[in-house]
This record gives sequence, C-alpha cells and structure tokens, in this order.
Amino acid sequence: MARLNVWLLILLAALSLPTLAAVEVRQFDDPVMEQRYRDLTATLRCPKCQNQSIGDSDSPIAGDMRERVYQQLQQGRSDKEILDFMVHRFGDYVLYNPRLEGRTLLLWGLPAALVLLGVVLVLMLVRARRHVAARGLSEAERARLDALVHRQGVDRDTHQDTVHDKRNE
Amino acid sequence: MKRRVLLLLPLLGFLVLGAVLYRGLSMDPSNRDSAMVARDFPEFELTTLADPERRVDASLLKGEVTLVNVWGEWCPTCKQEMPQLLELAERGVRLVGVDYKDTRAKGRAFLDEFGDPFEVNIFDPEGSLGFDLGVYGAPETFLVDAEGVIRYHHTGYIAPDDVSRVIMPEVEKWRD
Repeated sequence: MARLNVWLLILLAALSLPTLAAVEVRQFDDPVMEQRYRDLTATLRCPKCQNQSIGDSDSPIAGDMRERVYQQLQQGRSDKEILDFMVHRFGDYVLYNPRLEGRTLLLWGLPAALVLLGVVLVLMLVRARRHVAARGLSEAERARLDALVHRQGVDRDTHQDTVHDKRNE
Repeated sequence: MKRRVLLLLPLLGFLVLGAVLYRGLSMDPSNRDSAMVARDFPEFELTTLADPERRVDASLLKGEVTLVNVWGEWCPTCKQEMPQLLELAERGVRLVGVDYKDTRAKGRAFLDEFGDPFEVNIFDPEGSLGFDLGVYGAPETFLVDAEGVIRYHHTGYIAPDDVSRVIMPEVEKWRD
C-alpha cells in the first residue's frame, strides 16, 4: 500500500511538470530582485495576446520580454528604465497600469470627476429637500392653519361648557 | 425646473459611456500603431542570410525609401504574402528582408521555393532586431525613408489589394 502511494506521488509530480515548463525558472540571489521580477512580469502585458501578462503567457514574444526583464534586472536597471525600454519598442499597450500623462489624463481623471459630480448632485438634492422643509407657510396655508386652530379651540370650550353645564345640573 | 434637468446628467453620462464602450467592443486590439513610427530604424549589427561573413548595420537602410519586411520560414502567412512582395519589387520598390528567428538553411530554402524580392536579407536568428523593432509576430512591414526614419508600419499580412491601395501610396509619399 505504501509503495503504491509513492508511485502515485511520482505520477502526480510527473503530470504537473508540463505546466511548470511553460514559464522558465529563474535564479535570483536577492529576494527583493525576485519580487521586482515578479511584479514587472505581472504588470507588463503580452503584445501578442489578448489579455495576459508576460509572466502568464507562453507566447514566444512574452518569453523574449521576460528574458530582457531578467537581464536588465541583473544589470542593475531600475523598474522605470525597464518599463521605458519596453514602451519604447511595443508602445503604451504593454503597460497594464497606464502612466499619468497628458494623453491619459482623461483616463485617470474621468472616474474622479464622475465621483465628484455625484457628490455635487447629492449635495444639491439634499439642499433642495431641506429648503422645502424649512420654507415658511404661504398665505393660504397660514389662513387654513389659523382656521383649524381656531376651530379646535372653540370645540374645547364647547366641551368644557357642556361639562360645566352637566355639573350645574 | 432647471434642477430637474440637472438630474438627467448622470443618465446622459451613462449613455455617453455606454456608447464609447459599445464602440470598443467592435475594435480590433491587434490593430494598433507601432511605437516605432517617426523613429530612427534601430541600430543593429547582424550578418546577411546569404553570406555569414557579411556584416550589415542600420546604414544599409539609408539613401533610398526601403520596405523592410520581417518574415520567417515558420510563418505560413509570409508564404501567402510573397506574391505581393514580388509585385512591389517589380514596381521598383527597394525591399530588405529580416529573416526572424529562423535558421539559415530554412530561410534560404524558403526563398528558393517562394521567390526572393529582397535586395538583401538581414539574418536575425535570436530575434534581437525584431525585438528592437517591437515585432511580436510575422509578417510585419516597416517603411523606412531615405534618412533611415520609420514612416509607416503594416502589422500582419499585406493583402493583394493593399499593394496599390496602401503600400504604393505610402512609398510615393516618402520618396520626395
């Protein structure tokens, strides 16, 4: 039984190999650099694919791009230099996180502007409502209110009178 | 009344956004401009396909408007594109090939079989020149002016009617 389990484990390990082979294994002396490599390959978009980072894609160009990222990290280039290098060749398309510049102002600014617009609209609505609530009575309403108050007063008097009358009897 | 109209603003915004996104649905993401247009053809130093001893660099592309076609034996579309390239060469366009990620033997066999419209072929087995050109597949075609500046980029296949409709007008445009 134990032997069978071992064979099963070996079989499972062998089955998982092809998925590992798609993206090569890199050696890093520095864990910080390894993290930077992961971040860069996750944020660079494969130009050949529809929607995949170069870290996820096994298309040849993604492999070439990973290789350049790796080489340039080893050469001590900064993240920005590496991203510039890629944008220079493949255009802004390869950045999953577009840069904030003149052309992308609308892209970055629009959501913020829409939120702001929403806040302004809500404030205007609340104000309008409050205005209605705090508004004074019109002439007609005041007259009607007076009439109501007056009528109630009369009724009460009448009632008391009645009681009074009853007590008198 | 004026306030009421203001309340329609979000709806209007939503409709505009919807229209923009709807248009995006029918756009082809692979059809986009090369980042290389209006830039100098990248520096390189490679050998030619025909002669492993002959070294060429970017000065090869100066002096005359040149159509640089990136191809490879492994690329089936390149075979279908060959008749169009032969026609362009016949019409007097200078063509330079980049044999991209290929072996010499296969590249030469390809030209023997499908024809050779190229004045010279740059042999780029590692794809290093292709990478600097921002090439991510083949075929891709760049139009380089007499000063060595990339002026036009054609992603993918040059169809038969593209020759007169697109490529020749671009070539003429940059000849003067």
